[in-house]
Parts: sequence; C-alpha cells; structure tokens
Amino acid sequence: MSALVPVKCHVNGRVVETMVDARMTLADFLRHELGLTGTHVGCEHGVCGICNILVDGQTTRSCLMLAVQAEGHEIRTVESLSDGDKLHPIQEAFMEEHGLQCGFCTAGFMMAICDLLENNTNPSEDEIKDVLGGQVCRCTGYNTILRAVKNAAAKMGSAGA
Amino acid sequence: MKPAPFEYAAPKTIAEALDILGQNDLDEVKLMAGGQSLMPLLNMRLARPSLVLDLNHVEGLDGIREESSGLRVGAMTTKRVLEDSDLVRSQYPLLWESTVAIGHAPIRNRGTVGGSMVQADPASEYPAAALAFDMEFVVMSSAGERVIQAEDFFVTYLTTSIEPGEILTEIRIPRLPPGTGWGFQELARRHGDFAIVGALATVRVESGLCCDPRIVLFGAADRAIRVPAGEACLEGAPPSEASLTVMGDAVFDAVEDPLSDVHASAEYRRDLARVLSKRAMSEAMSRAS
Repeated sequence: MSALVPVKCHVNGRVVETMVDARMTLADFLRHELGLTGTHVGCEHGVCGICNILVDGQTTRSCLMLAVQAEGHEIRTVESLSDGDKLHPIQEAFMEEHGLQCGFCTAGFMMAICDLLENNTNPSEDEIKDVLGGQVCRCTGYNTILRAVKNAAAKMGSAGA
Repeated sequence: MKPAPFEYAAPKTIAEALDILGQNDLDEVKLMAGGQSLMPLLNMRLARPSLVLDLNHVEGLDGIREESSGLRVGAMTTKRVLEDSDLVRSQYPLLWESTVAIGHAPIRNRGTVGGSMVQADPASEYPAAALAFDMEFVVMSSAGERVIQAEDFFVTYLTTSIEPGEILTEIRIPRLPPGTGWGFQELARRHGDFAIVGALATVRVESGLCCDPRIVLFGAADRAIRVPAGEACLEGAPPSEASLTVMGDAVFDAVEDPLSDVHASAEYRRDLARVLSKRAMSEAMSRAS
C-alpha cells in the first residue's frame, strides 16, 4: 500500500512540486528525492538535532516532519548557506575555530546557529549555549563550536552594520 | 527506521476532520498535531496507523485570545507562540516557565500545546501546568462540544479522557487570582530532556498566612498529580522554612509509588519530589504579594 500525495514548497529558493509517499520524512525527501545530502540523518527521533533545517526561518527537525507537511512552506538547508564558492560567515567561522571534526553533526549545528544569528547578531554566551544544547556533537566537546558562533556573530554583526 | 505505510489526510475544517474520523476505524487513525511525539513513534514503528489525519491545515485551531477570565489557546498553537508572547510572559509567568522548559527550541517551534496535553506524558510540563491553573479542555465530536476539567482529563500514562472520535480544539487557561505567587522547578539529566521529576507551586499570603496553596508534581506518578496532603499542611500556616519542611515531608509520604527506571530509582524520585516541591513553594511564597 503506497499512498502518493502532492506537495508544493520552496526549497532553497527553488519551487518544488512533486508527488511523495505519505510516510516519507522531510529529511529523506531532501536527501533522496532532491539530492540535498548536506542534511544528515542521525537519531531519527528528534533528539540529536543533526537533521535541522529551517522551515519559514525556524529551526526544525526534518526527521520529525513528513515531506508532505512541507506544503506551502519555505525550506532552507545547509546547501543554502554558501554563495557558490563563497562561504557563509558561519561556515568560515567553523573553519577558523575548528568547529568540526568528523562533520556529521555540522549541518545541524549550522542551521540552528543560522536561526539564532539571523535574529540576534549579539547573543549572550547563555543564549548561544541554549541553542547549542539542542544538538549533539561527539567530537568537539562544544567549545570550538561556541567559539565559532561568537566568531560568526562578529562577522555577521560587522557585515550588517 | 522509516514509518510503516499509511494514508494521509489534511482536512481544512473541523467538520471535515470529524467526517474523516467518522468514516474510518478509529483504532487505525492517528491525529497529528506538531508531530514531535508522534513522528518518533511512527519512525520507530511503535505506532502503525493506516491513516494519519494531519490537523495542521485545519482553520481556527491556533492562536491565543485573551478574555477577562483568562486565555483561550487554540489546540494547534505552537509552544513557540506562547514563548514569544509578551502577554503570556508578563501575565502568565508560570505558563511561560513551563513552556520554555519543554525540549529545545526546534521542538517548541513545531510542537503544539494541545499535542502535549493529549500525549499526556507523565514527565511533561504542560499537564502539570494544566492542574496548576485548573485549565479546561474543549473537545469536539460529531455529537458536538464538551468541556473537560483538567483534574478529569489526565487518566494515566499517555492516556486522557478524550474519547476516540473527539478532537481537542481549545485550552482555556484561567488567570491566577491576584497576588498569587508561583514557583517552577524541574530536574533533568540534560538540558532539554524530559524531567526526572518537576514541581509547580502556587500560593497566596493573606494576613501573614498561606492561603490556597497548590502543589503539582510531574515525573512522580503515572500522570501529573496534585498533592493535597502537602497542600493541607500549608493552609493557614506561616510562609516559613518550618512550614516548608512539614510540607516536604507530607509530599514525600504522599508520593508512595513513583516510577522507577533507568533514569532514577523510585527512592530518588520520592526524595526529589520533596526537595523540588519545597523549592517551588519557597519561590511561590517569595513571589506572593
């Protein structure tokens, strides 16, 4: 029994209109149907935060949404951050501060941080930690990610000023 | 780890949603609100409905309305909306504290007030808040509307008194009486986790004595519970450390058989119930005016 249902949404600025299996998660849709494999899939029950994307600008677990529920929404994935070869300030900051090692969690962190910094270019350390606590990283110990957020905030703040 | 196959319906009105419920075997249908609890169950195939009825497109189920007696919150209102509401933060601070203690921001962005209530996890914050505020639950069925009081709503683990074929549409949240102090405490192993135990407390202080004290625990039983034995110790007592000690002992005695699992033993939860209810009530006393 396969239930195909229509979905129309925007993904990284592009209109996507197609049929999807009703049971397909948004994470799998992005990866397997659209080829956007930058979004990684970790725990598949909302705990690890690795599959974070932005839905209408808000951080969302793409494993906890059905693809069909993207209907009418604006989806942004990690692929939307860089402008061609020009890295986003968050990506630059992760490089400079060694905010990643294996890289498996990185897209999830970056999208949560993107949500934070687009709404607040001068977050306090507690505000940053509150956001970082929503994702799991097993390599870095989080301190380098914390430094990367501060670095990115400075870059984005000065760019916006 | 992928959901088992299911059909999907996204009705636009409550009437249409009730129609769909009427046409299907109710044991085979799952209503989806924010999906932050249902999606894990689907992904792990602990739930295998043949139809998922998505309420996200139903009109009129979200938003906060203020009335003289309190708030009317649509069942599909996200926690994020409550978190961002100046009205909630300033006028219903205990509700606000209960909201921001839930999960992490990505979960609150999508998770709904009604969804958490109906999920009725014994360790979740909102059912406890419902008992603290004497919230009322408005449910609709093909037979019409009925209102369920919070004390009658939560039955046991993951079970409410909502009947198959009924849909929760609104939560009515009365304003606490003027001068009511409040406290909120929870202990979790990690930021954003479900609580091991949590406590909400409210009290007024009149002529130097405690009045209408209320203690609600979550994570301490098969559902959120009030602790009348603890409340009785405080009624008419001075808001003092000595009163809190007597109250805490009564709470410890009243929580006879808490959960025991990999996260915490029953003994530890009992002790936490005492400690956290005292801390929450102490906060409430200091905020009462």
